[in-house]
Amino acid sequence: MLQRMAIIAAFLLLALPLRAQAPSLADAAGRYVLTPQGSRLSFSVPAAGGRAIRGRFVRFAGRIDIPADNIERARVIITIFPESVATGERRVDNFLKSNAVFDVAHEHEITFRSTAVHRTGAATATVEGSLTARGHTFRETFRVRLAEFGRGRARFHVEGRVLRSRYGMDVGTPLYSNVVDFDMDLAARRG
Amino acid sequence: MLRNTKDGYGLVAIVLHWTLAVLVIGQIGLGLAMLRVADKRLSFDLIQWHKSIGLLILALFVLRLAWRLANPQPAPEASLKRWEKTASAAVHRLLYALLLALPLSGWALVSASVLGIPTLVFGLFLLPHLPVEVSEAGEAFWRSTHHLLAFAAILLIAGHILAALRHRILLRDHVLQRMLRPVGARKRERT
Ligand code: HEM
Ligand code: HEM
Repeated sequence: MLQRMAIIAAFLLLALPLRAQAPSLADAAGRYVLTPQGSRLSFSVPAAGGRAIRGRFVRFAGRIDIPADNIERARVIITIFPESVATGERRVDNFLKSNAVFDVAHEHEITFRSTAVHRTGAATATVEGSLTARGHTFRETFRVRLAEFGRGRARFHVEGRVLRSRYGMDVGTPLYSNVVDFDMDLAARRG
Repeated sequence: MLRNTKDGYGLVAIVLHWTLAVLVIGQIGLGLAMLRVADKRLSFDLIQWHKSIGLLILALFVLRLAWRLANPQPAPEASLKRWEKTASAAVHRLLYALLLALPLSGWALVSASVLGIPTLVFGLFLLPHLPVEVSEAGEAFWRSTHHLLAFAAILLIAGHILAALRHRILLRDHVLQRMLRPVGARKRERT
């Protein structure tokens, strides 16, 4: 009995510092590839006095490289396949895939390439980069937080706002907001 | 004269008739076209115009009905046979009914839609949704009602126009002129 309690106490002691400490970007140095399990690329477009359009991209690919010596030299490349857009409503999906928005018949990829990373905390950074969609490229900034890390896997929480009009997707403004809110979880494993 | 008399239509009734005639015929063409254009971007914009114009028609219809109730109804042309008087009175009543039912069913269809797309009338103000059940079934019901009423309107309007042309070309009576020149103006011209 006493022995059992000692073991439990030892476990608790071991666990405590781990729980209290958020994962640090410095520990997460390495090369990663994004994995579908654990990832969720969600976005929403608010509507004036109506229901926002919420959806996600099911298919994507990407790499994240975090050099051990300098996190600000980290690089991120993500490719999103817009024909995998899913809102749970077939008519909305078809509309988003049509020439009104993503034009998936002609445009197969949306890409993001980081150009600069600024560390804002132990586990947080802003990532600046060029976003290319429908032949237009603009600089966008996303806020990134290392949400989980361990055993060669990492999960990054990413938030950002993108003005869709700049990418030739201004259909429905101002009825539907020009601002697209991205709220994404990117799960990655070393590899 | 602005007001109707027993002898004929006044200027207000005539202006309202032709304004609504142009809007309604245009609205039918717009409704048919907007669902059939391949360009989904254009289609979305045309549907927004269709909703705004439909509500303008509803507003003008309310004015027109009020004006008609507040004015004497011109007696039918003396040369008309009994069946012609009955038929034209029936068609006019049905046309008035459609001018009310068509916009309301369109409004109900938009309100019942599970997509919850807001209506921004001419980009100026948000139209509230009608208190109808929001469901796939409700939307389908109002959609078929709206389509059915629209096709009924096409038939009735075609009959109405052919009748007017018959009076002008075959019978050479004054039925069409009554809707072209206000009652006072015609009298003055005759003397
Ligand atoms: C006098 C007024 C109106 C006329 C003559 C009219 C006529 C039409 C016609 C001809 C169609 C196409 C039907 C088809 O191709 O099968 C249509 C569709 C439609 N109308 Fe109207 N309409 C009127 C008012 C309105 C209003 C006020 C609204 C909404 C506020 C509205 C909303 C719609 C919508 C959303 C559709 C598309 C339905 C679908 O997706 O199938 N309409 N209308
Ligand atoms: C080129 C198109 C049109 C022509 C030539 C036309 C002609 C006429 C004429 C000559 C009259 C007078 C009939 C009489 O004195 O008894 C009339 C009345 C009327 N028309 Fe039209 N019309 C046209 C389009 C329309 C349309 C599109 C509508 C429906 C939206 C419409 C609705 C009516 C109604 C409701 C009346 C009865 C007015 C009343 O007595 O209160 N017309 N039209």
